[in-house]
Amino acid sequence: MENETDTLRCAADVGNLAEVTGFVEAHAERCALDTGKGIGLLIAVEEAFVNVCHYAYPGGTGDVELACGCDRGGFVVTMMDWGIPFDILSLPEPDTGADLMGRKIGGLGVHFIRTLTDEVSYRRDEGRNVLRMVLQRTDDGTA
Amino acid sequence: MEIACRTENDTTIVKITGRMDAITAPSFEKALNERIAEGETQFVMEMSGLEYISSAGLRGILATAKALKGKGGWIRFAAVGGAVKEVFDISGFGSIFRMYDSVSGALAEPA
Repeated sequence: MENETDTLRCAADVGNLAEVTGFVEAHAERCALDTGKGIGLLIAVEEAFVNVCHYAYPGGTGDVELACGCDRGGFVVTMMDWGIPFDILSLPEPDTGADLMGRKIGGLGVHFIRTLTDEVSYRRDEGRNVLRMVLQRTDDGTA
Repeated sequence: MEIACRTENDTTIVKITGRMDAITAPSFEKALNERIAEGETQFVMEMSGLEYISSAGLRGILATAKALKGKGGWIRFAAVGGAVKEVFDISGFGSIFRMYDSVSGALAEPA
């Protein structure tokens, strides 16, 4: 299962969340991704997908496309949408040290995308938002 | 995700199993809000069966905990493990809330 990429395209609708995470989960298993890392990846994918659903197409609808690939470097998930330019990685980090009443609701999604992946990058490319998330392989051959 | 509630020592024990994500989290918040509306203020979340939680789940927990605090109530967490524990740690929720190894431990501690 090396250098193979598969894609899924669906409406940017939170109702498609199970389809999106199921698609990534199936590919992560085929890539022999470590279970703990795999759950972290699914959380990062959910956060990115839900963000696209809520913000990419204000007042309208559109699609999102995911591509999963696996090679010796690791497992790569790329998420694309054709919505308004938006770099989720530009959002500020939440204050994870605040107490209960001081803690703001929100901001955790991007924090999970950053911390639960080994590498993440955003680019605007030909009218698309492209978010690329990587889980690197470890020495024992699992990603 | 499944939610099962039982009462012990004037405390509602909420056993959560499965996945708490953007689809299922609202039903968690709704279930707890119904209990709070009935006057219940002390909650222990039994988390051993929870396999997955995203920011949507944490948002629901935080909103519920804030509402409870305003009523003089509290929420505690028991048997948080695996990936859910990692999410609690990286989000800071592990230090916002009181965490216990077991439900009995959470019930034994005075308010």
